[in-house]
Amino acid sequence: MALDWKIGGVLLGLVFFAAVLLVKPIGVSTQFVILDGIVADVASPDFITQTEDGFTSTNAYMAKSDGKYAKSAANPLNYSFVFVLAMMIGAAASSYLRGGFAAASRLPDVWVANYGNTPLKRYMVAFVGGFIALYGARLAGGCTSGHMMSGMMQTSISGYLFTAATFAAAVPTAMIMYKRG
Amino acid sequence: MQILLALLIGAGFGAMLDRIGATNPSVLTGMLTLRRLNLAKTIMMAIGTGSILMFGGQMLGLVDVAHMSVKSAYVGVLIGGLMLGVGWAISGFCPGTGVCAAATGRKDAVFFISGGLLGAAAYMVTYPAWKASGLLEDILGGKVTLGDVPGSKFDGLFAVPGDILGILIGVIFILVAYVLPHSLSGLDKGAEVPAE
Repeated sequence: MALDWKIGGVLLGLVFFAAVLLVKPIGVSTQFVILDGIVADVASPDFITQTEDGFTSTNAYMAKSDGKYAKSAANPLNYSFVFVLAMMIGAAASSYLRGGFAAASRLPDVWVANYGNTPLKRYMVAFVGGFIALYGARLAGGCTSGHMMSGMMQTSISGYLFTAATFAAAVPTAMIMYKRG
Repeated sequence: MQILLALLIGAGFGAMLDRIGATNPSVLTGMLTLRRLNLAKTIMMAIGTGSILMFGGQMLGLVDVAHMSVKSAYVGVLIGGLMLGVGWAISGFCPGTGVCAAATGRKDAVFFISGGLLGAAAYMVTYPAWKASGLLEDILGGKVTLGDVPGSKFDGLFAVPGDILGILIGVIFILVAYVLPHSLSGLDKGAEVPAE
């Protein structure tokens, strides 16, 4: 059972605050690029190379902004990448403590209510959804965490633009696809 | 030290996303179909709380203004936002909640992450075309906040004190969280998803 919105909201707000107080605002989607970079560099060691004053890559996106993504992929033990790994630890611990693993082993109720017990179809939709969401997040330069939560917390114009566009697409799409549940 | 903070804050963020229900696609979908807005109320409460503490802390000199990180505004933000909205709505996951959901044992979230890694790779490959299109060029001044935040390197869209405005907007977020009803859509209320 989810926390009451007031308690959950204040606690989540304290996490946002702790992040910006101690280090920097929260963000997630860049780390998909970093993991891609790590994998690509293992597969083809010339993908990321060290230069005199940092790192660069044969990929223009990895190499942009003086190779900051190339640098992160070359040194995965950096703040932002470890942050996302730690999110997984935190979520797993929380789910364990509330006994959530049994429910998570089933398909989402809203999926079953609309499409029945069709795991293969669900996995395909989740895969396609992930592809579109992360392509979009990288084009936008951030996702629900970096643009929506951290962005609007800082009164960033890009955060408001992103949030408006996201909901303009997400609400009708969800209403069409999930008529029940 | 940085790594220790990443572990602590990251774990706290992941645990909270799970505790507010955001690792469950049924909860996210309930929000996007406007049937169950509890999560929207929670997130607005969180953004408001974060804003008030951050800008308040800056005014008291307790929070380093240089820790702010404002992203650029460009047309691609809108196009990418539309795409993320579609991906989020069809799957019930966004990047952060997908990663956390996989950690709570959701197998469909593993497919979301796999698709996400491929989508990010596809963007990496197609980036030069977006760059050439001009759609990544700054609009509205680029890295801009609503007001002028004292001591920050970011300009304000309006020439008003950005910290005071930030606190006011934080209060508005919390007020909207309070007045937002628990549901805006009467569609098929009988088929409520049971609490997990």
